[in-house]
Amino acid sequence: MTDQTASQPTGKLALATPLNPRRRALVIGASEGMGAALARKLAKEGYVLALVSRQKDKLQALCNELNTKETIAFSYPHDVTKYNEVPSLLQKIVADLGGLDTVIFLAGVNFPPGGVDKYNFENDKKMVEVNLIGAMAWLTPIAEMFQNAKAGQIVGIGSVAGDRGRVGNPGYNTSKAGFATYLEALRNRLTRHDVNVLTVKPGFVKTEMLKAAQGGTPFAIEPEKAADDIYKAMQKRKQMIYTPFFWRYIMFIIQHIPSFIFRKLSF
Amino acid sequence: MQTKFTQLENFGHSLRAGAYVIQARTKDDVHSAFKLAKEKNLTVTARGAGRSYNDASLNGGGIVLDMSAWNLIKEWNPHTGQVRCEPGVTLEQLWQKVEPDGWWPPVVSGTMKTTLGGCLSANIHGKNNFQMGPIGEHVLEFTAILPTGAEITCSPKLNADLFYGMISGLGMLGIFTSITLQMKRIYSGLLTVDAFPIKNLHSHLLALQENAPKYDYIVGWLDTTANGSSLGRGQIHGAKYLHEGEDKNSAETFKLKNQTLPSTIFGVFPKSILHIFMKPFVNNLGVWGVNTAKFIASLRKHSFKESHGAFHFLLDYVPNWERSFGQGGLIQYQSFLPKETAEFVWTQILKLSHKNNLPAYLGVTKRHRPDKFLLSHAVDGFSLALDFKVTDKNRKKMYAMLQEFDKIVVANGGRFYFAKNSETTAETAKIFYGEETVEKFRKLKKRCDPHGLLESDLYRRIFNA
Repeated sequence: MTDQTASQPTGKLALATPLNPRRRALVIGASEGMGAALARKLAKEGYVLALVSRQKDKLQALCNELNTKETIAFSYPHDVTKYNEVPSLLQKIVADLGGLDTVIFLAGVNFPPGGVDKYNFENDKKMVEVNLIGAMAWLTPIAEMFQNAKAGQIVGIGSVAGDRGRVGNPGYNTSKAGFATYLEALRNRLTRHDVNVLTVKPGFVKTEMLKAAQGGTPFAIEPEKAADDIYKAMQKRKQMIYTPFFWRYIMFIIQHIPSFIFRKLSF
Repeated sequence: MQTKFTQLENFGHSLRAGAYVIQARTKDDVHSAFKLAKEKNLTVTARGAGRSYNDASLNGGGIVLDMSAWNLIKEWNPHTGQVRCEPGVTLEQLWQKVEPDGWWPPVVSGTMKTTLGGCLSANIHGKNNFQMGPIGEHVLEFTAILPTGAEITCSPKLNADLFYGMISGLGMLGIFTSITLQMKRIYSGLLTVDAFPIKNLHSHLLALQENAPKYDYIVGWLDTTANGSSLGRGQIHGAKYLHEGEDKNSAETFKLKNQTLPSTIFGVFPKSILHIFMKPFVNNLGVWGVNTAKFIASLRKHSFKESHGAFHFLLDYVPNWERSFGQGGLIQYQSFLPKETAEFVWTQILKLSHKNNLPAYLGVTKRHRPDKFLLSHAVDGFSLALDFKVTDKNRKKMYAMLQEFDKIVVANGGRFYFAKNSETTAETAKIFYGEETVEKFRKLKKRCDPHGLLESDLYRRIFNA
């Protein structure tokens, strides 16, 4: 079990009443970047939050920041590759929140191999373990729970990088493509049970991850902007969005570039 | 142990909470649930029929013990009128068992769907509270399992502190496993009912007080939309049992077919779909129209005979009527006030609801007397139950209004009943229960449940646990 002695909001209970209904969200990968921006956004919108991240100090700082206001936020330091910890941690989170309405999975790592002629299995493996298997470890019990409850919303943060296998970063492409397909399958299973599954495909977002990226990062947006887009899509219970929206058109073109041309391109 | 994560609701469809549901049918199930809760560091709440208007049978993220299938009537003695039931037995099962033999449950709620376990936990009252007290006064004995694992038997003599604590204890001290009740003898399947109109709140309360001794049951309907000099107008129904020999045809009137509610309207429309047709009227304007029409119709003073089933279970008359309140559902706000302050308080409350343009859609009044159960909601006075429609737009405003109501009620010696109120806070609960009672309850809780295994959303709300 991870160290769960961390932040619990003191003196505040996540009580829900008919006139003060609480929406409860679990954000996995919340300590920085888009996750932190989404946590702040959801807090502002009145959600009770459970925040999960392996970066204990940053998570703690975010939680403290949120709990000074009206918000109720619980923190749970956890590494999503510790798959065995998930069931009991999830159960604790649901008990602490008094239920669960929305889950956002955005834990992810990106290790570019450092050139189109470089290969690194260890890094590729790690990306799949976090970005894909980590997501499956969490979303499996959550999907089952939401299916039984006939309610709930799952938001998965994929990437435009999952739309096409490119020369730059095969491992990352694969993890995000796999995640998008997994989310689609969950959507097809769960929509009939009134559960919404939203796939988000951000373009470039100014986060720590972007600093590691190699090559050009055009149209990069602030994480707050991405969080606003995601929140809007959540409210409309959409199935899939790009953020910012115009990546839909860019990716439409990229997806339709014939292979005999795509093979010769260097991005 | 089989658990299923399920989204549960309150009766008014205004509150939802997911929980791990376990079906309980035996004592072993209860023991295993406590064991599981301890292992997993979760809490447990028992749920009967889920008919409370608030969070009494919800336990978000915890374990909910579904008691509804543990529902056999184990022993019925038509000579003494004593009946021993499992906790999931409903009032419906109970009265249908005893009525043909000439008996009736001494206390029933406005719906027959409630389970006995739930009835004891909330210590329900009926339209005869001023005379018969709450249901707890008719419990001869019960057995229960405490979270410590102890199996206990309680009666007014045996383990009296637990008897008076567990009945009214909101299910927070133990789980009822068997309940023995004393039924009341009746000599006809019918009641004599008098209905008469009331012009304003002052005469409303006066009529309840003065007429109560003349009747076995008394209940008022209050037109929540009337204001000015008509504020609090309505109609009173007083009902009396028939004396022995008065009903020459009692063999016939006792028959169940003459007691059960008809399932069609005008013999044509199935009532199960009626709530859909009610929907257009469940808004501020529609309710004004319905209330006004009802008042005009009530102006004729009249008397009639009615079956017990029809008189008591008005809430079951239109199945799923609560659905007509739409997406946001409904809540009920019921306050109990001493007879000296009731008129003053409800004048303010009704005026406030008009001022906020948040009128109640239904108002019901009753006459009450105090009882000696630990978490008692009763007073020597009256109660007024108000139904409010919840919408996305009115939640905030209504919350503020209800907090204002709460302040006025407790400042005037009033109390609340936790099968109903959903917004009352721990601070308010402490004021009207009194520190001494809260402390007494906490001590009892600690003794029965040292690890804090029994918790509901209601418990966390009103005891700040």
